[in-house]
Amino acid sequence: MLENVKHVVLVLSGKGGVGKSSVTVQLALTLARAGKKVGVLDIDLTGPNIPRMLNVEEKKVHQAPGGWIPVKVGDSDSTGDGMGSIECMSLGFLLRDRGDSVVWRGPKKTAMVRQFLTDVLWGDVDYLLVDTPPGTSDEHISLAEQLRSVSPDGAVVVTTPQAISTADVRKELNFCKKVGLDILGVIENMSGFVCPHCSTCTNVFSSGGGAAMAEQFGVDFFGAVPIDPAFNLMLERQKETTDGVELLQRYRESKLCPVFEGIMEKLLAKTEKVVANGSGCG
Amino acid sequence: MVTLKIPVASEDVPQPSRAAPELVAPEPEHCPGPESQQAGKMDACAGCPNQQICATAPKGPDPDIPLVQARMATIAHKILILSGKGGVGKSTFTSMLAYAFSQSPTTQVGVCDIDICGPSIPRMMGAENESIHSSSSGWSPVYVADNLGVMSIQFMLPNQDDAIIWRGPKKNGLIKQFLKDVEWGDLDFLLIDTPPGTSDEHLSINSYLKGSGVDGAVVVTTPQEISLLDVRKEIDFCRKAGIKVLGIVENMSGFVCPNCEGESQIFHATTGGGRALATEISVPFLGAVPLDPRIGIACDYGESFFDAYPESPACEGLMNIIRGLRGQMGLPPSQDGAEEMDES
Repeated sequence: MLENVKHVVLVLSGKGGVGKSSVTVQLALTLARAGKKVGVLDIDLTGPNIPRMLNVEEKKVHQAPGGWIPVKVGDSDSTGDGMGSIECMSLGFLLRDRGDSVVWRGPKKTAMVRQFLTDVLWGDVDYLLVDTPPGTSDEHISLAEQLRSVSPDGAVVVTTPQAISTADVRKELNFCKKVGLDILGVIENMSGFVCPHCSTCTNVFSSGGGAAMAEQFGVDFFGAVPIDPAFNLMLERQKETTDGVELLQRYRESKLCPVFEGIMEKLLAKTEKVVANGSGCG
Repeated sequence: MVTLKIPVASEDVPQPSRAAPELVAPEPEHCPGPESQQAGKMDACAGCPNQQICATAPKGPDPDIPLVQARMATIAHKILILSGKGGVGKSTFTSMLAYAFSQSPTTQVGVCDIDICGPSIPRMMGAENESIHSSSSGWSPVYVADNLGVMSIQFMLPNQDDAIIWRGPKKNGLIKQFLKDVEWGDLDFLLIDTPPGTSDEHLSINSYLKGSGVDGAVVVTTPQEISLLDVRKEIDFCRKAGIKVLGIVENMSGFVCPNCEGESQIFHATTGGGRALATEISVPFLGAVPLDPRIGIACDYGESFFDAYPESPACEGLMNIIRGLRGQMGLPPSQDGAEEMDES
């Protein structure tokens, strides 16, 4: 399982709607822009958002003799300009209609998670990012159990600043500790909104809760990401744009791009430091 | 093209709740559910240690259902608050609705929080450190006001930060207890706050309450398509489960800067928002609530935003929604609480 994948990073929260999928997509874009080959596995089975965000909602999954081929993001074959690539897998590709509900009890979800891990032909991927649903239930338990054999690098935990979120995310941090999953770092998302009229920053969902929580739990704080409606608009408008510019290039214009470059540096410092130590080049 | 045999159909949905047999091992993958009509007979059952138990268990109805019905019999109106998408404000909306309904001292309100992994309601209602009292007549809800009682797993945790790492069946068991063991008493409204998604909790609450009847579901969304995508699925689930959709509420609908009062959109409704979705799938649109940072702060501190800022645009939006909701439920548009608020 996942033999050709070098690093596996889970993106967890505990709380819904904090931006796990947004963070997963931005980490993927940033890693790919840095030349990495990235896979994105969306195991939010009842609410798969990754295909829409990466503008591959219409695509279908193809089957090869060894398994399923993940969907490639973008048209070009990438690496000409030092850029990496992104491919993804989601239940969203397998639905007959985008409005179809997936109403499964735990055991079926567990089976699907297993299929996604064992039957997808990821190829030589540097980073497999796993986007998860909120909570600490069947999908998370299965993922933790099934990934044990491949020693995942750990989890990036996303929260929004306010106490109502950190209350749930603390539970997720405890879940990670219980199942032996390393917590690579905490990202505080939706941390402040700059009014486009007067440039005053309002802490719409409070501020600082994520950093405080990271300190309290003794885990690294990767950074705070402000609310930027332009990023979501950029994702939504991909369908309409006709200039041929791929999301990988377009993301450079986003205010959040430098923020995620900083986050990526911190992530790589943890994931690649381990590899460096292992090879004795540390 | 992949012809993946995934069981996309929600065959578990319309089944009435049956007695669950005593299992001796965890359920395998693709388990149809021990209460299902197909229990013990499907391909996935082969090799499962429980197979014989499931196949030979009496297929009679769940003996707990009459107990649930008895408790629910003293409750006039039951409303589910659903979304499909996480973080759109289900719990926030539920707590604001509860505060609004309980404005009138003669209206009895209960809030049942069936989000087992992320129980937010106790904190929002200022009851985070409370615990549940149990007597021979059942569990007593935690009363945050004389006429407002709350039940949540958060009250049962020895440590607030404890993760609840439960698979589906265990969550279902607790949800059933919330319905049959809690002494709700005579309630005018029972608001049931749900977790995001369409999974065990949703299937269970639907099957346990089938016999007792639910007025319907309020579906909460935020304006952007990424939320509407999940909300469509939730409404699809409601239709399959036979749950009436009382209406869609669009939360975080626009932001007014406290500094310059300029309006802007944080979550752009690129596909028309909740209103367009409501038209597309023929469900009522109950209204919109703007994004007010004070709501989040009130929730963090367990205060009632509704009581603190009754003149705010958010409260105005909420009152419109309540009027629409009461209409959908066949109730008269104004209640004592709304009139008292106008007079004050």
